Amino acid sequence: MKLLVCISKTPDTTAKIAFTDNNSRFDTNGVTFIMNPTDEWYALVRAIEIKEQLGGSVTVINVGPKDNETVVIHKALAIGADDAVRIDADPADAFFVASQIAAYAKDQNYDLIFTGKETIDYNGSNIGGMVAELLDLPYVSLANHLEMAGNTATVTREIEGGQEVIEVNTPFVISAQKGMAEQRIPNMRGIMTARSKPLKVVPPLPVTAYTTIAYYELPPQRKEVKLIDPEHPEELVKLLHEQAKVI
Amino acid sequence: MSVLIYVNHINGNIKKSTFETACYAHRVAQLAGAAEVVALSLGTVSETDLAALGNCGVNRVLSDTNPVFNRFDSGVHTKALAAAAKAVNASVVVLSHNSSGKAIAPRLSVRLQAGLVSAATELPQVNGNVFTVRKSVFSGKAFADYSIITPVKIISLNPNSYPVTRGNGTAAVESFNSGVSTADVKIKVLETKSLSDTIPLPEAELVVSAGRGMKGPENWGMIEELASVLGAATACSRPVADVHWRPHHEHVGQTGITIRPNLYIAIGISGAIQHLAGVSNSKVIVVINKDAEAPFFKAADYGIIGDAFEVIPKLTQALKEFKSQNA
Repeated sequence: MKLLVCISKTPDTTAKIAFTDNNSRFDTNGVTFIMNPTDEWYALVRAIEIKEQLGGSVTVINVGPKDNETVVIHKALAIGADDAVRIDADPADAFFVASQIAAYAKDQNYDLIFTGKETIDYNGSNIGGMVAELLDLPYVSLANHLEMAGNTATVTREIEGGQEVIEVNTPFVISAQKGMAEQRIPNMRGIMTARSKPLKVVPPLPVTAYTTIAYYELPPQRKEVKLIDPEHPEELVKLLHEQAKVI
Repeated sequence: MSVLIYVNHINGNIKKSTFETACYAHRVAQLAGAAEVVALSLGTVSETDLAALGNCGVNRVLSDTNPVFNRFDSGVHTKALAAAAKAVNASVVVLSHNSSGKAIAPRLSVRLQAGLVSAATELPQVNGNVFTVRKSVFSGKAFADYSIITPVKIISLNPNSYPVTRGNGTAAVESFNSGVSTADVKIKVLETKSLSDTIPLPEAELVVSAGRGMKGPENWGMIEELASVLGAATACSRPVADVHWRPHHEHVGQTGITIRPNLYIAIGISGAIQHLAGVSNSKVIVVINKDAEAPFFKAADYGIIGDAFEVIPKLTQALKEFKSQNA
């Protein structure tokens, strides 16, 4: 099995979100960056498990600047990926990133291409579907279970109001969410060997982004909480009906 | 020029999200000066139900009843939508940002070379040939205005973000051949497990959610009863899903699902920043917690400081009385 996992860099889940340059840019000052949680916990770990079970290799790919090597790529290698590719460009938008990944993957004959279900910063859920369309592959989105038998995969995926078990043959693209695997903490040996694993830096293709971000805004602050006597929850019912008008 | 929407249905039942996208698309057509709103229906849906999309401003429905569409394969549905977009000269395509929309919209973006804003929360600002669309980012901690600069635009609308208002219109239903065949199908559906006896969480208007404060899965009966009296969906915090007290699909938060119901009632959830990220765009938040210092109270509109095991039965009783008086 030749496996490719797309990994992204995001602010830490506890990062304070602020903007700069007249609210046109995310303020990275003092922000710790991590590997996007669903990419790491579900996509990467499941890919490594499949390799451990069936043999083959796991390559991680990231579109981003050089400091992503220390922030996300080394960790992916420490967890158990075999090698890494970094496309040396700022990730302008989802189409730009997907185009870079697809261009690299096109001639590599991957059996499976993994993404996390979405990044926790831009929440697009777009890369997997775009890569699949660019490579003309099936796309299984929001998967929470994956088993391989030869070239055939059995996948459980989320649908509206339920779940579906499907069968699909390799090659295909899959986006992974909770349930797919359990988080792995890199061990000392993994951390030590990560630095000696191959990391290829590839120049980007000239691709024009389809979208740009013009402006950011923080949500309005909520008013002070109105406390209700625990002995009289009927007061809450009354407020929800008459004041908030939600019931 | 037209605005095209995708009809979302399960076994022929049109989902509420379709009416949201129809109403949204109707307004987008006015803003962009598009002549009509056209809906594409794939698979088997009754003509009466499709004609009723006219209530939300849909002018025409293209219906391709090829049974190949009754099973969901994003590649096949994308191909059909692209064919419809060409046929009606669509300048904008609107989908819901739900599980099928998340699979189709990015594929369609590539296929139509059309910029995509996913999880949009507002109508676009139309400025000549550029649309600026607001969406939720940083898992609900901020909004961003995206400009789409391509001639054709795709917007996937966050569920429960745009109100449904119905008039009396009727849409003309026309049969449509999108040129898709069984050879295009790459995904074989083995089994569908419907959770349809409960309300799907992402589109629920009312949500009752509980956390570790409930002490164990055996205590969820009172949460389910409260939800049932309210007509609400149930949700939970991450620790509760992690220890399998509740199923994963109920986990709301940064690494679970993001929701924006009209009412979110959080019981025994302290309100970690990762949990707040998934629910902070709810219109009204009620927090019930015995710890007065729980950070969730800072994000709440209404709060009850008290023991859930005492408060919830009383609250459920009060709601039953309210419902019987307002039935």
